[in-house]
Amino acid sequence: MSEEYIRVENLKKYFATKRGMLHAVDDVSFTIKKGETLGLVGESGCGKSTLGRCLIRLLDSTSGKVLLKNDNDDGYIDITKASPREMKALRKRVQIVFQDPYSCLNPRLSVWELIAEPLIVNNVHSDKNEMRKRVRSLMETVGLAERLENSYPHELDGGRRQRIGIARSLALNPEFIVLDEPVSALDVCIQAQILNLLNDLQREFSYTYVFISHNLSVVRHVSDRIAVMYLGQIVELSEYKELFSDPLHPYTQALLSAIPLAKLDVQRERIILEGDVPSPIEPPNACRFAGRCRYAKDICRTTPPALKEILPGHFTACHFAKEQKQ
Amino acid sequence: MDNMLDIRNLTIHYEVESGTVHAVEGLNLTLGRGESLGFVGETGAGKTTTALGIMRLIPNPPGKIKSGEIIFDGENLLDKSEAEMRKIRGEKIAMIFQDPMTSLNPVMTVDKQIAEMISLHKKVTKSEALKLAGDMLELVGIRRERMHDYPHQFSGGMKQRVVIAIALACDPELLIADEPTTALDVTIQAQVLELMKELKQKFSASMILITHDLGIVAEICDKVAIMYAGRVVEYADKRSLYSHPIHPYTRGLFRSVPDIDEDVDELPVIPGLMPDPVNLPSGCAFHPRCSMATEECAKVRPEMQEAEPGHFAACPFCVKKFMNGEAL
Amino acid sequence: MSEKEIIPELVRKRRSPFVDVMMRLAKSPLAMFGLAIIFVLVFCAIFAELISPYSPIKQDLMHMFETPSAEHWLGTDEFGRDILSRLIYGARVSLQVGFIAVGIALVTGGMLGAVSGYYSGKLDNIIMRVMDVLLSIPQTLLAIAIVAALGPSLMNLMIAVGISAVPTYARIVRGSVLSIRSMEFIEAARAAGSSDLRIILKHIIPNSMAPIIVQSTLGVASAILNAAGLSFIGLGIQPPNPEWGAMLSGGRQYIRDYPHMTLYPGLAIMLTILALNFLGDGLRDALDPKLKR
Repeated sequence: MSEEYIRVENLKKYFATKRGMLHAVDDVSFTIKKGETLGLVGESGCGKSTLGRCLIRLLDSTSGKVLLKNDNDDGYIDITKASPREMKALRKRVQIVFQDPYSCLNPRLSVWELIAEPLIVNNVHSDKNEMRKRVRSLMETVGLAERLENSYPHELDGGRRQRIGIARSLALNPEFIVLDEPVSALDVCIQAQILNLLNDLQREFSYTYVFISHNLSVVRHVSDRIAVMYLGQIVELSEYKELFSDPLHPYTQALLSAIPLAKLDVQRERIILEGDVPSPIEPPNACRFAGRCRYAKDICRTTPPALKEILPGHFTACHFAKEQKQ
Repeated sequence: MDNMLDIRNLTIHYEVESGTVHAVEGLNLTLGRGESLGFVGETGAGKTTTALGIMRLIPNPPGKIKSGEIIFDGENLLDKSEAEMRKIRGEKIAMIFQDPMTSLNPVMTVDKQIAEMISLHKKVTKSEALKLAGDMLELVGIRRERMHDYPHQFSGGMKQRVVIAIALACDPELLIADEPTTALDVTIQAQVLELMKELKQKFSASMILITHDLGIVAEICDKVAIMYAGRVVEYADKRSLYSHPIHPYTRGLFRSVPDIDEDVDELPVIPGLMPDPVNLPSGCAFHPRCSMATEECAKVRPEMQEAEPGHFAACPFCVKKFMNGEAL
Repeated sequence: MSEKEIIPELVRKRRSPFVDVMMRLAKSPLAMFGLAIIFVLVFCAIFAELISPYSPIKQDLMHMFETPSAEHWLGTDEFGRDILSRLIYGARVSLQVGFIAVGIALVTGGMLGAVSGYYSGKLDNIIMRVMDVLLSIPQTLLAIAIVAALGPSLMNLMIAVGISAVPTYARIVRGSVLSIRSMEFIEAARAAGSSDLRIILKHIIPNSMAPIIVQSTLGVASAILNAAGLSFIGLGIQPPNPEWGAMLSGGRQYIRDYPHMTLYPGLAIMLTILALNFLGDGLRDALDPKLKR
């Protein structure tokens, strides 16, 4: 469990836009342990989905490393620099489940074809019968009835579609799965069913997950550790309980206080952030949260804070995290 | 307290290729003056259809209001002519839509959009309307300098503020908000909810808030109606519903939301899916998914029963248990 | 508020998308009418030898300018040739021109458009600017210029009509490739390890077919019209071969005394164009994913 599995070093992803460089992911470093779920939260445009895609190289990073531990020895392979041949092998180890079950499935393929696709393109089974068996067993694993194999995505509900997406990502027996908002488009009851499924799968096959979401209570439910992102950077990273009970970064504090709770008589101070998230295009070289932070001082507007370990296993990027703690 | 809105036995169907969609089926609901009602349910439960029904904006075809009455201020809206309805819409009943990105006209400055609403319903000159528009923008927390801006110059949260300003421009008696914060980020959602709470006190309008988020309801509503498969299955004031939900569906709904303070390994789920609205199950529409269902449930459609003053649920079995003080 | 929200999903019978489209097409009477006419025309074209009562080119100077009668249902022309037979053989030429010209336009334009859309950047810019130049020349004028340069013949007619329609298809294909390329399922296919070629063949092309099918159907109509126009001004099919446009042009001189010589070829052209347009409109509605719940 505590064994390091992925190490991300100074990962950057910039997009060229007409108004300048958009810093979608800006110098992010962290590690993921084998078999854990790392939650990645933040608001829209904070770069969490881009980061998730860079981790499995669906997007090429601008610079930095994503080191994935080899299966057989203690060495690492840098996904960002893998050759096309190495990448083909890596595709079997790293996978992704997409957010929108309505648009991530080709509407012209049947359920069977959709789930078989990763097997076909990677030539996993030469024998047709064997493949049929494999697809059936994948459908069973994710809880899809066999009678649905000839259906088309538009005939199914969101929950079932997301199950197809999950089955596709499991088809190649991966070790690491990026879950990009897998339940955001689903109703609460279906959401609970899918969360339980993901949980059961992890227990059975010991997958390592990165769970990207904007829904904090969902992230808390599934994650072992949580990273909070703001404008392309990780501002806080901690074990999940501690993050919720003892948030150190002012942004995390505001984020947590903003969750509407389905309970009455909860005493809490609501921190309403002023204004909107600033533009990620050519951000200033300073603390990116300074403009909305109620504790901001001069230093925040001139020097960007580094992500430091304030408590054991609890990192935060704030100049005043220590003072706040005291 | 007199009822401003009284919906009786409302049934709305959509006629489609594969049959009749029973979107709303014999719905009863009342709303008092100045009250705010949270209207909770999953996708396809019929929340939006009910709201559009009140506005008489059901797309026809394929939709049709089959039967029922919508009594608003003592008059049945279903008897009104289209011209009369146009007067009511916007002036007496206003609606806020889910997506602020698409509910504003992109080629019109925001002050003009608000002024348009005002001059449609009030006898004011153009310059007066524009001045009122500026006032409305200030009220929702947008500086007057920005009144000549186009929608695309605003962020999502600001756009939703503009939408709210338009809805409140004519001081409506009833405001229907359809998932007003679903498209927004958490911190922006908090801003908008704070604003709505504030405005709720300033304007004494009644409000129907359609949402799937029990957290938002807890924050700004007085009453809650839980909807399932085209019917209200539970209706109560917020306090009694949140402290002791009665209907099995409501209880399942509460349990399937992950808790922010507690660890659970496995989320309790309601098994199965929402029923197909083209052929709803007989009797209680929830019975195929209900762990307590008996043969009776498949036969008889349960009526709403009062379990305690002001707390109604459409499950005679659970109501009886509750009244006997047994655990649910 | 989307339709999804109002009308919840319905559990439906298993159907392939093709059957689905055909069933929706069958609901439109106009489209079915169009389809029926086209079937009749195709039948005539294929079995012209068997069903036409006379040879289309055999002159019969004893029966010139005859009005419709029991022997010659649609009458005869200035050389005593049977108009019905000429129309039936003419269908062969017209359909051939229509479909082959559209085929040329579709393959060339489609390829250019797909390359443009998928790889974007500089190549896209060059291809699309060339297409813009072509688009700025009126289609008929361009076709006239091409035929004038290559010389009048059936093959050259088809090439001319085809090339003048290339930019239209390039634009349509590029547009739909661009929109499909940004869909999430393309990214999903990439994550599954699919190659570029597989993505284009298996995912992009099948999903961008709808607008192309519609445009092609309508395109056949305009190609037929274009070819008839060229033949009318003497740049298309050469006499004595039967072609509707050429027949129209031949009958022009006698329109005062023998209107039937222009009436029937004109009707044939009109009916064909109308049928293709009805079918095209019906297909557009049937293929529209927005109508698909």
